[in-house]
Amino acid sequence: MTMTNGMNLTLKVWRQSGPKDSGKLAEYKVSDISPDMSFLEMLDVLNEQLVTGGDDPVAFDHDCREGICGMCSLYINGRAHGPQRAVTTCQLHMRSFKDGDTIYIEPWRAEAFPVIKDLVVDRGAFDRIIQAGGYVSVNTGAAQDANCLPVPKADADKAFEAATCIGCGACVATCKNASAMLFVSAKVSQLALLPQGRVEAEQRVLNMVNQMDEEGFGNCTNTGACEVECPKGISLENIARMNREYLSASLKAE
Amino acid sequence: MSSLNSKIPSGAIDKKWSDYKNHVKLVNPANKRSIDIIVVGSGLAGSSAAASLAEMGYSVKCFCFQDSPRRAHSIAAQGGINAAKNYKNDGDSVYRLFYDTIKGGDYRAREANVHRLAEVSANIIDQCVAQGVPFAREYGGLLDNRSFGGTQVQRTFYAAGQTGQQLLLGAYSALSKEIAKGTVKMYNRHEMMDVVVVNGKARGIIARNLVTGEIERHSAHAVLLCSGGYGNVFFLSTNAMGCNVSAAWKAHKRGAYFGNPCFTQIHPTCIPVSGDHQSKLTLMSESLRNDGRIWVPKKKEDAIAIQQGKKRGNDISEADRDYFLERRYPAFGNLVPRDVASRAAKERCDAGFGVNTTGQAVFLDYADAIERYGRIEATKKNLKDADQATVTSMGMEVVKSKYGNLFDMYMQITGDNPYETPMKIFPAVHYTMGGLWVDYELMTTVPGLYALGEANFSDHGANRLGASALMQGLADGYFVIPYTIGNFLADEIRTGKIPTNTPEFDEAEKAVKDRVSFFLNNKGTKTVDSFHKRLGKVMWDQCGMARNAEGLKRAIAEIRAIREEFWKEVRVPGSDTNYNPELDKAGRVADFLELGELMCLDALHREESCGGHFREEHQTEDGEAKRDDANFSFVSSWQYTGDPGKAELHKENLVYETIKVVQRSYK
Repeated sequence: MTMTNGMNLTLKVWRQSGPKDSGKLAEYKVSDISPDMSFLEMLDVLNEQLVTGGDDPVAFDHDCREGICGMCSLYINGRAHGPQRAVTTCQLHMRSFKDGDTIYIEPWRAEAFPVIKDLVVDRGAFDRIIQAGGYVSVNTGAAQDANCLPVPKADADKAFEAATCIGCGACVATCKNASAMLFVSAKVSQLALLPQGRVEAEQRVLNMVNQMDEEGFGNCTNTGACEVECPKGISLENIARMNREYLSASLKAE
Repeated sequence: MSSLNSKIPSGAIDKKWSDYKNHVKLVNPANKRSIDIIVVGSGLAGSSAAASLAEMGYSVKCFCFQDSPRRAHSIAAQGGINAAKNYKNDGDSVYRLFYDTIKGGDYRAREANVHRLAEVSANIIDQCVAQGVPFAREYGGLLDNRSFGGTQVQRTFYAAGQTGQQLLLGAYSALSKEIAKGTVKMYNRHEMMDVVVVNGKARGIIARNLVTGEIERHSAHAVLLCSGGYGNVFFLSTNAMGCNVSAAWKAHKRGAYFGNPCFTQIHPTCIPVSGDHQSKLTLMSESLRNDGRIWVPKKKEDAIAIQQGKKRGNDISEADRDYFLERRYPAFGNLVPRDVASRAAKERCDAGFGVNTTGQAVFLDYADAIERYGRIEATKKNLKDADQATVTSMGMEVVKSKYGNLFDMYMQITGDNPYETPMKIFPAVHYTMGGLWVDYELMTTVPGLYALGEANFSDHGANRLGASALMQGLADGYFVIPYTIGNFLADEIRTGKIPTNTPEFDEAEKAVKDRVSFFLNNKGTKTVDSFHKRLGKVMWDQCGMARNAEGLKRAIAEIRAIREEFWKEVRVPGSDTNYNPELDKAGRVADFLELGELMCLDALHREESCGGHFREEHQTEDGEAKRDDANFSFVSSWQYTGDPGKAELHKENLVYETIKVVQRSYK
């Protein structure tokens, strides 16, 4: 409860009034920031300060604040979701910073993620990629008993790991090519590894990759930054698996 | 006196739903295409309803305030989903799930709805597995189960500590499949501002595009509210920041009765408050109570030393620990229902035995579980002489595989390592059993207006059991509404497209625009959050884990004063023509300021203790909740009359035909 460790910080925050504005960094000071605050709570403090002073608060996306909804983003000091590995911005706490620090806060930057305002971007491209095939075509009521289809535990575990992707877009933001391969491959892998998803696997990978290209994401050049910055630790193996799936599906389609 | 018709089918409890389905009116496929349905919310209830209704052929529009339907707060549910599959051969059945839910709800839920929920529970698991939801599996490739609070069987299906995420992504994939086909039109970053009622029927909504600020009119033959619960009335809760009551509250003001608003669930295992900056609380899944043991020091001097930072949990010897749940409730131990566990923790903390700097926390300890699992692993691997370090390390691996993501989250938030030192937890607002009153068909008191999932009041009585929220959300969306909505829509096939250029839409839109313009032009001095925090504190102090008449009366007066000040002093910056989150928040807090009063009124009126509603005046000698079945075996259903404090009460009497109502005991 004490504020004795309170920090004074300088923030350089990207301000952009709308999609057409060119945008620029603005400087703000916040003081008495507790190390127990989350990064977003620190931004709450800034916004209370701005609103009270008659200024427009900084817009940023956030919702669950427990690292699972994937709504928060932010490029903090040049890193997606800030300095910690495997942590979303909402779970980043101020004990990762020290008194006197200057912190740069920017939105995800990618052609396929246009800025809506300040730090908020439009990630609708991700939804459209899922709509292109990230599902099993089963209607409600048509399912057989769940235990009719045993799945080897190893496959189920791998599918689960791929399925933990929260769709935040850190992989795209951190990639020098703004590639969405890690995101797309996680969904392709989850469903390709399970017998339920196997039926449509070939069409799925072709359609999803096609949609990914149409959205304007770049290509993958195997630098692996996406895996490093992914808050859920989604593995590059998924990209390898997707490439195999894609190649085999393309050959069969010809 | 009651104007409520719950439309419970006649017949034996286990025949009601199948008989209903056999006789309910149907809409033929050609007619479905010309019928429009609006779904507000894209969580488990909303996504599953929108996808299922679109598959059937209806023309669906779905709205969510987040940037994608995949963000809805169902995603944060951790522990699991119940289903009466009896895969464990431990005596589970539809009847037992039904019975446990009624008992867990402290005999304040409607039997017929709960039985239906238990009946369809198994179908949900089948559906999710078919969608590719990666539930935890055993080595034989079949689905694994675990136990959960308030039950003595293992019926909970799970995907590590993120079951809600996997189920929501399953429903989101079903929804995406329909969006791709054009059968669902999705409206992201849109907020429902009002329901439009035409000739007594819900015929559409006014929505606001949160990016452009545009106010839109959408018409439909039926409107489904799947907008979640209202726990954020407390400001601090485990709900996501955007969770709000506005859709339900607007419906309430348009004639939908509000059921049992005071039934709030306080979850026992949350990370304690760390300071005034706190914006939300984080839940540590109830599944942690499977293996963790909850305790406080036996001696007050130890508790004080811990509070002052002079001692740590590990410094207290085994003999000096009070495992208070195991002591008070030997039959259920650490797995008592949430309301019981929360109150027991509060009782110890109020008595001075709490363990962090605020004294508002108890320990959740994994040392025994790590030891136990380590020994099992050593035996499995034939390491009879394994040293302690090896056992501990193997035990930690097992715990990590079961709860790793939760432990990581705890470490991230508190800076403490829960593998080495006991976690600190405290109860926090988590779920609201109350919600819009609905009949057996999930229809509110406004014809054509439905409420599904946490937004309705129906299945959990006065206390919800763990792993039942996911079950109810998906039951309502996948397996209930697709049938029950036909009964209403079968009479709408000749209606034709609902026009939006009518006086009812004009009036609703004008009211929305006036309110937006009021907020932006009110040059007050105080932020929206400052009012929300004050409201939250009043609610937590007077209408939280324990309530009494005097406190509730005081709370009502305080809330009215805060509300009055809000309308004079609130400051909302920015404009209504671009993205303006402060404006969105202002509207939500305005509605919370009215709901809060109704909750206190309901709590004041209910002169008994049941489930999550604990009136200090009504308790047994050993501090347990004392129900009053003779006078309060009913659903309080409140009608809006123009002032939340003057709502009119309608009672739906609860009739127990199947289950014998007894005093709940977990001893």
